[in-house]
Amino acid sequence: MVEKAAEEFAARAGFDEDTVPNIAMAVREAAVNAVLHGNAYNSAKRITVTFEANSDALIVRIADQGPGLDPSNLPDPLAPENILRGSGRGIFLIRAFMDEVHFRQLHPGTELTLIKHRAPAQPPA
Amino acid sequence: MSMKVATRQVDGVTILDLSGRITLGEGSVTLRDAVHDVLAKGSKHILLNLENISYIDSSGIGELVSAFTSVKNAGGELKLLNLTKKVHDLLQITKLYTVFDIWDNEASAVSAFK
Repeated sequence: MVEKAAEEFAARAGFDEDTVPNIAMAVREAAVNAVLHGNAYNSAKRITVTFEANSDALIVRIADQGPGLDPSNLPDPLAPENILRGSGRGIFLIRAFMDEVHFRQLHPGTELTLIKHRAPAQPPA
Repeated sequence: MSMKVATRQVDGVTILDLSGRITLGEGSVTLRDAVHDVLAKGSKHILLNLENISYIDSSGIGELVSAFTSVKNAGGELKLLNLTKKVHDLLQITKLYTVFDIWDNEASAVSAFK
């Protein structure tokens, strides 16, 4: 559901057809992480997703109520010792598809801020 | 839409025609079960046809990797056939494109099994 919302919001914000699915995928991965790793499937805990678009960028914030996430502890999925692991690529894909990814500790919980900048306008030919 | 699997045999190779989404939960589990079923039946040459996969997430990519290692550990081979552009791009980004043996022609892929 959050994936569909992200897709519609990004399209309305004017991102092109190649970029919209990537933004939607990044938001979906972040939301899945929030439910799975953040809130650990605890239905009493909520995730919050907010969308914002301004003249420079699209900004999506995804917050969970989990114990917190230290991004510096995430293994590099491209490292030879990790390349054949069956998990651990979610945050990597989010970073690949968005221009900026920021982590903020909420005590309790983690908030990810995903930012996709608008492509600079092309000067007239 | 969840993932569907159709199984067929061509020249000693088990081809799994996958369609739908390989995502966390149902799609990933369906793929895992399908590959384990094939191995349990003694077939060790498995070709995953991804032509009709509309979407894959990080969990689905992980499941492809797990399938690859399961088959390899069982002494078999798993190859991929007909990647969509999206799956192709994701395997490039995650540096898995060189890990998998990837084909875009079924007859050639089948012949490539030793």
